[in-house]
Amino acid sequence: MNASPDSPELEALRLSLEVAVRSVGLSLPLAVLAAWVLTRTRFPGRLALDAFVHLPLVLPPVAVGYVLLLLLGVRAPLGAWLHERFGIQLAFTTAGAALATAVMTFPLMVRAIRLSLENVDRGLEDAARTLGAGPLDRFLTITFPLMLPGILAGAVTAFAAGLGEFGAVITFASNVPGVTRTLPLALYTAMQSPGGDQLALRLAILSFTLGLIGLLVAELLVRRVRRLLGG
Amino acid sequence: MLEVSVSKQLTGFRLDATFTAPTPGVIALFGRSGSGKSTLTNIICGLLAPDAGAVRLDGELLSDARAGIAVPVERRRIGYVFQEPRLFPHLSVTANLRYGERRRRSAPSVIAFDEVVGLLALARLLERKPWQLSGGERQRVALGRALLSQPRLLLLDEPLASLDVARREEVLPYLVALRDRLSIPMVYVSHQFEEVLRLATHLVLLEGGRVLAEGAVEELSLYPELQSIIGPDLMGAVVEGLVTRVNTDTGSAELAVGAGALQVSLRDVAPGARVRLQLLARDVILATQPVQGLSVRNALASTVIAISDDDFGAVLVRVDVGGAIVLARITQDACRALRLRPGDAVWTLVKAVSTRGHTFTLAADSRSPS
Repeated sequence: MNASPDSPELEALRLSLEVAVRSVGLSLPLAVLAAWVLTRTRFPGRLALDAFVHLPLVLPPVAVGYVLLLLLGVRAPLGAWLHERFGIQLAFTTAGAALATAVMTFPLMVRAIRLSLENVDRGLEDAARTLGAGPLDRFLTITFPLMLPGILAGAVTAFAAGLGEFGAVITFASNVPGVTRTLPLALYTAMQSPGGDQLALRLAILSFTLGLIGLLVAELLVRRVRRLLGG
Repeated sequence: MLEVSVSKQLTGFRLDATFTAPTPGVIALFGRSGSGKSTLTNIICGLLAPDAGAVRLDGELLSDARAGIAVPVERRRIGYVFQEPRLFPHLSVTANLRYGERRRRSAPSVIAFDEVVGLLALARLLERKPWQLSGGERQRVALGRALLSQPRLLLLDEPLASLDVARREEVLPYLVALRDRLSIPMVYVSHQFEEVLRLATHLVLLEGGRVLAEGAVEELSLYPELQSIIGPDLMGAVVEGLVTRVNTDTGSAELAVGAGALQVSLRDVAPGARVRLQLLARDVILATQPVQGLSVRNALASTVIAISDDDFGAVLVRVDVGGAIVLARITQDACRALRLRPGDAVWTLVKAVSTRGHTFTLAADSRSPS
């Protein structure tokens, strides 16, 4: 049962972690911005933006992957431009898997951050204002630290969910061993191949354990930060 | 000088207020809840923009709706102590106190960190987080934080309202100390008349979004409309006096008020101190002849100035006691039986014990400018 360094389990685990980390890194700043815009600003298209941000929650992941392919595929206009101009290829790469994962987990992250932002007392920001703090100063020293529990919760939840993203990844980034074959993709592949039952079981247990650890860490982290903030 | 002349339309409420108050000193904005006090303070500090009008502090224009001038809140250098302490929960007491100090820009440092810590007795609390403080302690930290931003004006919006009576007594003396030791002008919002008596040097009466009257506390204590705000039982002339004699054994003192002397119940005061005293109108007795064999300690020769119905079935008689004006509330029957008329000579009787709890020490330099 021992997995050798190049075993498909370890490779899939490493890839899943890499994809999840990169997707969180990519979406976190944007999620904070989106949460801010959706909570604190009022403009005509706000409701539409809100719906758009939440779309991946209700769409089939394969559809999201397909849209990404249409936009950023090798021969799609935007994809071709990125490739020519910056040498960036997203389809069928690890970066592409991370992007697809980021899009899928974005609503989860925005929801958690938004909730924490709604709980930040505007009165504290007014107090900071009377003490001489400008807008950016107020955000960095008051609002952002008070949003931290929500940002952490959002990041860890998105990370845990990102480990298991399947449909969007396989559609947009395909199932390339060592490049985009993350845990769920490896599991699916094992199930499809004859005699892959043992590997599939091990991968399933691995996914299960990882997800559980992710959720537990999220909860503990949030509690700890809350205590630090004196909540 | 703080000059305010603004109007603001809110849902179901209109503020239309104009007043001019001397600085330094404590300007009390006094009125019932919903009279526009908080709206007015928010306009002064800039958190709320007026629809029309201007705010000017010591000659500098802070906002002028017509000229399109509005100095941003963070550049006004107006300290604000809110009803709730609004301490930053993720920062220690020290970091809360330093928050404004670090952001004072080029403002001259009038009061130092150690001075504030000493004045407000915060030394024990510095390492704590806001949630480890009592309500009174929190409000003291909020006060210190506002002071350290080196404000040109300090706004206090009912800073004691969220505290119980015992906690109020824990904070009030510090406010008195601030008034007496610092030259920072303050705007103090309250609906407790006692707080006004203890702190204010200038009083602005607000009612329904309008300024009913403004002026020195002594002067406005005689203002009949004040009754509609504080009720008949708290009505009474406010007089200032100089402590001339103190008897520590009996807890009594003699005050020079106007041209006469007044015996009062007063402890912990030294001769030479200036005090402010409210003689509740319902505690003042009038006699048309000298009285004998009464326990009353003060029988002062005086003259009736005016008599008015008080809308509560009695009359308010305004009498001149050697230059000081005193109000007496007597029944209409008593007024008729004594046949009181303006110009009559009467004896004004004041029980010394009735002054207990209504006498407040004023620092010599905080006398109202009237």
